[in-house]
Amino acid sequence: MSQAATEIVRISGHAGPAPGLDVNREFQVCKLVDTTTCIGCKACEVACLEWNGYTFSETHFDNSYQTMPNTEWNYWNLIRFNEHEREDGTMMLLMRKDQCMHCEEPGCLISCPSDGAIVQYANGIVDFQEEHCIGCGYCVTGCPFNIPKFSPTAKKVFKCTLCNDRVSVGLEPACIKTCPTGCLHFGTKSEMKELAEARALQLRENSGYPDAGVYDPAGVNGTHVIYVLHDAKNPELYGGLPRDPHVPWTVRLWKGPLKWLGNIAIVGGILGMAFHYMRFGPKKEEPIPPTDRKPDDGDRRAA
Amino acid sequence: MTNGWIDIKNTDMMLIMGGNPAENHPCGFKWAMEAKRNRNAKLISVDPRFTRTSSTADLFCQIRAGADIAFLGGLIRYAIENNRIAKDYLVNYTNAAFIVKEGFKLPEDGLYSGFDAAAGTYDKSTWNYQEGGDFSGKTDAPGGSGHSGGTQTTSAASTGHAPEPEAGKASVPAAAPALPANTAYDLTLQHPRCVFQLMKKQYSRYTPETVERITGIPKEQFLKAADLFTSVRKDGDMKKVATIIYAVGWTQHTNGTQIIRTAAMIQLLLGNMGRAGGGVNALRGHSNIQGATDMAGLFDSMPGYLKIPLPTDPDLASFLKRTTPTASKPEPWGSMNYYQNTPKFFVSLMKAMYGDAATKENGYAYDYLPKPGQDCSWTHIWEDMYNGKIKGMMAFGMNGVMIGPDTNKNINALKKADWLVVGEIYEDETSDFWRAPGISTDEQKTIKTTVYRLPCAGFAEKDGSMTNSARWVTWKYAAVPPPGQARLDQDIVADIFLRVRDLYKKEGGAFPDPILNLSWAYADAAHPPLSQVAMELNGKALADITDPATGQVIKAGQQLPGFGWLRDDGTTMCGNWIYSGMWTEAGAQCQKRGTEDPSGMGVYQNWAWSWPANRRVLYNRASCDVAGKPWDSSRKQIWWNEAAGKWVGNDVPDFKPDSHPKEHLGPFIMNPEGVGRLFAPIGVLADGPFPEHYEPIESPTKNILHPNQANNPLVRKFKSPYDKFGSPEEYSIVCTTYRLTEQYHYWTKNNPMNVQLIPEPFIEIPVELADEKGIRGSDLIHVISARGTYTAKAFVTRRLRPMMIDGKKVYQIGLPIHQGFRGIQEDKDRDARTPANLLTPAVTDPNAHTPESKGFLVKVEKA
Repeated sequence: MSQAATEIVRISGHAGPAPGLDVNREFQVCKLVDTTTCIGCKACEVACLEWNGYTFSETHFDNSYQTMPNTEWNYWNLIRFNEHEREDGTMMLLMRKDQCMHCEEPGCLISCPSDGAIVQYANGIVDFQEEHCIGCGYCVTGCPFNIPKFSPTAKKVFKCTLCNDRVSVGLEPACIKTCPTGCLHFGTKSEMKELAEARALQLRENSGYPDAGVYDPAGVNGTHVIYVLHDAKNPELYGGLPRDPHVPWTVRLWKGPLKWLGNIAIVGGILGMAFHYMRFGPKKEEPIPPTDRKPDDGDRRAA
Repeated sequence: MTNGWIDIKNTDMMLIMGGNPAENHPCGFKWAMEAKRNRNAKLISVDPRFTRTSSTADLFCQIRAGADIAFLGGLIRYAIENNRIAKDYLVNYTNAAFIVKEGFKLPEDGLYSGFDAAAGTYDKSTWNYQEGGDFSGKTDAPGGSGHSGGTQTTSAASTGHAPEPEAGKASVPAAAPALPANTAYDLTLQHPRCVFQLMKKQYSRYTPETVERITGIPKEQFLKAADLFTSVRKDGDMKKVATIIYAVGWTQHTNGTQIIRTAAMIQLLLGNMGRAGGGVNALRGHSNIQGATDMAGLFDSMPGYLKIPLPTDPDLASFLKRTTPTASKPEPWGSMNYYQNTPKFFVSLMKAMYGDAATKENGYAYDYLPKPGQDCSWTHIWEDMYNGKIKGMMAFGMNGVMIGPDTNKNINALKKADWLVVGEIYEDETSDFWRAPGISTDEQKTIKTTVYRLPCAGFAEKDGSMTNSARWVTWKYAAVPPPGQARLDQDIVADIFLRVRDLYKKEGGAFPDPILNLSWAYADAAHPPLSQVAMELNGKALADITDPATGQVIKAGQQLPGFGWLRDDGTTMCGNWIYSGMWTEAGAQCQKRGTEDPSGMGVYQNWAWSWPANRRVLYNRASCDVAGKPWDSSRKQIWWNEAAGKWVGNDVPDFKPDSHPKEHLGPFIMNPEGVGRLFAPIGVLADGPFPEHYEPIESPTKNILHPNQANNPLVRKFKSPYDKFGSPEEYSIVCTTYRLTEQYHYWTKNNPMNVQLIPEPFIEIPVELADEKGIRGSDLIHVISARGTYTAKAFVTRRLRPMMIDGKKVYQIGLPIHQGFRGIQEDKDRDARTPANLLTPAVTDPNAHTPESKGFLVKVEKA
């Protein structure tokens, strides 16, 4: 993004072409969440809250370490805790950092009807522009990860920005900066993919997790937040991570064929009116049949 | 820590037990994760609960709280049986080959030789080495020649049962017999009384079946853990290294010190001490708790772990004679016996404390020092206050009502005190003890204790040094000034001291000298700058002193470069010998922020300053073989450089720098033996030279090793009406307490963010117990011990499972300690307002005096 804008194309007093001119740059960013080294400390939750300027709200104990049941309009980052017993009887405490996945094909953006309320940057970040949000909530329906949340006070929808304000000036997102164990990484998509695959391989070969793998779902053309999972075959175990997320078919239908059908219907309606006009001319006032006249009216007028 | 936080990244194997670093030390835990990611290191988590640390482990074992020595003893047996030991290391760097005196008896019946049932203590004279020489290959070492071992006291041993002496009546031990200068030894380790054979015999009883019966860990599971941990010494290979990491889950037992000893023995047996990625590593629960211990925040030590004078030490000479060890080793070996320098450290300390008033003539003001004749540890303070012997208390930087065991007793003790001063940043439970739950408004009016609340500066509002678990002394700077009337701790202390001194000046007193002569040479007496205190700790020359070897001179008034310069003739002063080197003439070493790490091993020599002498890994001589070559060439710490004729390397050698390997100088320079102690002789520990499994004071089972001696025979119980103990018939559930990652002790409950993360207290209980009692998740429940009732919501979980203890089903539950009766939620009356330590008993470890908070009996009821 900003790096692209400030890329040097010409340079003074320099023999040869500008340095780095022929370098192949990758601008697609990615956050890697390695759930196998997450310790559920919630430092990312606090960092997110503090960077984005949200204050605390009231929570209640609900038989879990989890701060609250779901992310909220003013709580974009939530560790989900799930107890899981493996087939051999050993226990697992799965902890997954839940936040916007920044899909390559974002269901929220696709379903949004408001001009400019949701944008996708060249680096892959999907960002809500709240000043254009009309609060219709269609993005909530469009998201396969249940991320956008409606604020009843602001009457708008909010979600994680992948710290676009930080990333655009060359910083990592706040959650990455605060993570104590190095479970969170940030870089280009290809770097993160490579790192994730290497870690998954290590888990398969050395740590007794034969199904370890990387979660970068193809159904939304990949995401800009990817996970390393101990068990990539069962992402649902991690607090309901969808196995094969898609932009909902209702949104597809309504933003695709139905939209065109609707457009056809609108155009057809206008055309129909035009034909009707040409064929029948303007609608004229018709005299009221005498039988419908009320005696009083006539009498008063007459008077 | 013998090693350090960053050094954990160098390990191949981690045993994390009695600690939960993922939750309680999340920033340090990154190095465990580094080791896993970069070295494929394995992590074994042994804990009463499946914790967030366990979630990252390769193997988890659920252990019954208080059964740690059984597990570790089983590990020792497994390592010996399967020959997964470091043979060369064992022979040369430990006392495995030393021959023990005749008459020493192992505790098959629960008691070592020499138990005095009447006094409740041991006569340790048989816990000693045989004097003699080389008995390698011979089995006929003579009986107690030279030193009279004293006759074995068998009265208690014959009854096989120790009575329970009353706490606080600790008799002062008679002068301990000395270690022989020339110990008998058998380098083949075959002599039946050599330490190795005794150890083998001691732990032969800890079979996997016994381990299962005591700990509740199924045999197969235990064997898996034992195989995995000892796999670093597979086929005698010395390259790999394992570390043992623990916290207060080990210390808070009536045999806590012995649990840690068992870990040290395992690490010696496997040759993991002194090595990068090895060691026995205590995780300290506060940013500066290591510093507090170093500075003798304990009644029984002086700064730098010097021993405290006792009433039986009439003068300086006799005190130094008692506390200065002499070398005790096989004749051909060398022993640095570094504590032979005790007089230098002690006299320099006295000069720092009393300045010119400490003279050679008055034994360096030895008479000024208090000489405790009884146990003055934490639980005794409350006991004495309860009994009216202690009239007032100053509580700074800690919440006394919350942190100790038996909250009810402590609150009732405070009711009897005349006054209480609390220096805090919040109104806490201690300063509010008079309105604890259960105290009616009418009763509040009858409490006569005067409470003074002094608003203190918070951690970000003061400068000073902090010493972390890795022994790094790091200087920090104040970020903001203290708000309102809040004052710095040292200003408050100075204010009190100066006013008390004035009173003594004006009015005199029984013995005003220690107060009037206390050295207080700070630029601003009322506001002592901590930089000057730090310089005092480092020490300076009081007269020109010369190093006889190099001729280098330190002029009077100059800061000392290190403790090697300390003198016992009053020409140096030093507030804490182990801190000497932190603030030299070259400046504040503890303020260094160099990030260079040439070895890549995370040594960071120029980041802060590590005691002692900026060494990052203690006993690092043991990282090399006898010839001075590193055991693992990929993790070189120090090594012998023949050409230079000295030890060189990436770390500061913890050793005599020019001692040729041929001298066979022992690597464990702080022990008189020069080697690591598998067997702890005479004065080292109160309750036995080898650790033995004893049940917690409240236990759901008999001690299957020796049913007639269930508990540590040296544990004392108080007799106050609050010191009640539950029977397993009435209280059948094992309970433990712990901290959460989201909260920090008792004060983050005043911070909205932490409260949002964990809003309420809870009690973790197994699903099976919940089903039995008809409890659902988030139901309010009572946990009841013989001492009190704790109320909070149930956290029904599968991370705690029912256990089979000696054929009996036992439930284990746990609860966090954080919430009390002051805080954001508490002040809104949202919490049940019961401190966790209402439940815990005030019984302590006889060596460290730490209370047994981990492992006591309760019952559970629906509220």
